[in-house]
Amino acid sequence: MALSTARPRTAATGPPPTTRARGPRLALALIRTGPLLMLVAVVVTASALSPVFFTTRNLGNVLAQTAVIAILAMAQLLVIITRGIDLSVGSTVALAAVVGALTYEAVPSATLVVLAMLGTGLAVGTVNGVALVWGRLPHPFIVTLATLSVAHGLALWLAGGQPHRGMPDVVQLIGGTSIGWLPYSTLLVAALALLVLLLTTRLVWGRWIYAVGGNPDGARRAAIPVNGVLISVYVLSGLAAGIAAIITAGRLNAGSPTFGELAELDAIAAVVIGGASFLGGRGSVANALVGALMIGVIRNAMNLLNVDAFIQPIVIGVVILIAVELDVIRGALERRFQVMRAVAA
Amino acid sequence: MTAGTAPPALRIAGATKRFGAVVALDAVDLEVAHGEVLALLGDNGAGKSTLIKCVSGVHQFDAGTVEIDGTAVSLGSPADARGAGIETVYQDLALFDNLDPAANFYAGREDAGPRWLPRGLRLLRRRAMSESTAEVLSRLQVGLPDQRAGVGLLSGGQRQAIAVARAAAFASSIVILDEPTAALGLRESRRVLDLILRLRGEGRAVIVVSHAMDHVMEIADRAVVMRRGRKVGEERPTPENQQKIVSLIVGGV
Repeated sequence: MALSTARPRTAATGPPPTTRARGPRLALALIRTGPLLMLVAVVVTASALSPVFFTTRNLGNVLAQTAVIAILAMAQLLVIITRGIDLSVGSTVALAAVVGALTYEAVPSATLVVLAMLGTGLAVGTVNGVALVWGRLPHPFIVTLATLSVAHGLALWLAGGQPHRGMPDVVQLIGGTSIGWLPYSTLLVAALALLVLLLTTRLVWGRWIYAVGGNPDGARRAAIPVNGVLISVYVLSGLAAGIAAIITAGRLNAGSPTFGELAELDAIAAVVIGGASFLGGRGSVANALVGALMIGVIRNAMNLLNVDAFIQPIVIGVVILIAVELDVIRGALERRFQVMRAVAA
Repeated sequence: MTAGTAPPALRIAGATKRFGAVVALDAVDLEVAHGEVLALLGDNGAGKSTLIKCVSGVHQFDAGTVEIDGTAVSLGSPADARGAGIETVYQDLALFDNLDPAANFYAGREDAGPRWLPRGLRLLRRRAMSESTAEVLSRLQVGLPDQRAGVGLLSGGQRQAIAVARAAAFASSIVILDEPTAALGLRESRRVLDLILRLRGEGRAVIVVSHAMDHVMEIADRAVVMRRGRKVGEERPTPENQQKIVSLIVGGV
């Protein structure tokens, strides 16, 4: 057949593609590890500027302070991979913590308190997913903006605007204590990270979330249960908020309607710094964790260096811009790389 | 079933489809045999798209029967059509740009286990999927620079080839291609046409919807012309018949 002679690389077209594309390939490899490189740079800088930064004690602090962002970021990642967004997680943390505290006041059972917090998260997540899919609401931004408001209001109303002190020992253990310098919450984050890694890379469900984010119509035509997949990511995001509530409430030995304020934005920022695409279909757990750590490290370093607290959000904002710009450059390089290969082939 | 003459891969009889007051398909009969390329021709609005959408399970016929290899089937959903061995490549290709060829091949029908788990929680057999994908791609002579890269960065021809190969890999009997060369340059069209001929060589029944008359002349064994929801003619696409086919399409003399 005519094509069979045309397809293999014709000998006359010069060097094989690998030598020609080495420059961009190197740049690409470098940028692909971008978020991790940025994190290393930030850690090195922080260590150089502050003698306290790179001590086990302080690193334990950083990890403890990052646990909540990390958990919310991993869940937010799942949502963002499907082209969605979950703005309600911060308020859900507050609501779950308040419900937990009130439960503890009524019945001093650790199991019940933990279940109450997880259940509250699950409930909000389910409302988000179901309202989005079955209510056919136009965009998850709107659905979760509404539940953000509702959960926030509910938390204030239930708590009477006051923090409620007291949490069971188990909750305090998870949120507020360490083995040596290693916080329990970090172990929890690590375990959840492994779980999410398994979900996203090894299970059929993981394929589905990337497929739904990459091409929702195509996913429907491929008989992927798109609605179920969408509901599931919001349910998991709600559950993550419940877990984050346990850690926050445990650390502060209380449940307060002010918990988790703007935590949704931290989570989204972490995911974006980690190179996930808002257009859906791209992002990894490892990079989301790196993004969360980056935010934690920068905040911690600025505290150590006595940087004005008002400056901190400015720095985080600039970091987001740099990270996303790097990602834009990565995309452009990948396209150029592909064109070079096509030309060479 | 009588010995000797095998039933056609696909037989449609009396297919009718209405959208409200509009009759999109009016008692259309159609047959395609294994190892045959059938061109489905017609001007815009002739009913080609409606017909292939019904056969793909996206729409349902209001009346008429569909037989696959002589057995009556009902095509109530895209999954039904897939189950019946019908694969369709739409004009938009329905590829997942962020996923590699293997993930594209197996989207929605992942090779995974164990079977007692709910489908979504099964473990992917990633190596098996990428091996069999590579095998199909090499059998159909679809060359790719990188088997593990997302397909979004590939050229139009390569993307079309992947979509066609995906259909071929899973279609036990019928492959439907909607305007497979519409978006392609000369050389890329050539490759896709060769690919279609290879599918025919493998004994698949291929239905091609196309406006490109020269491509139809080249690859099709038979051409069915539709106009205003009706089948108005059936011709062998030979150069002598070309003028006749064109006038059937436009509805002239």
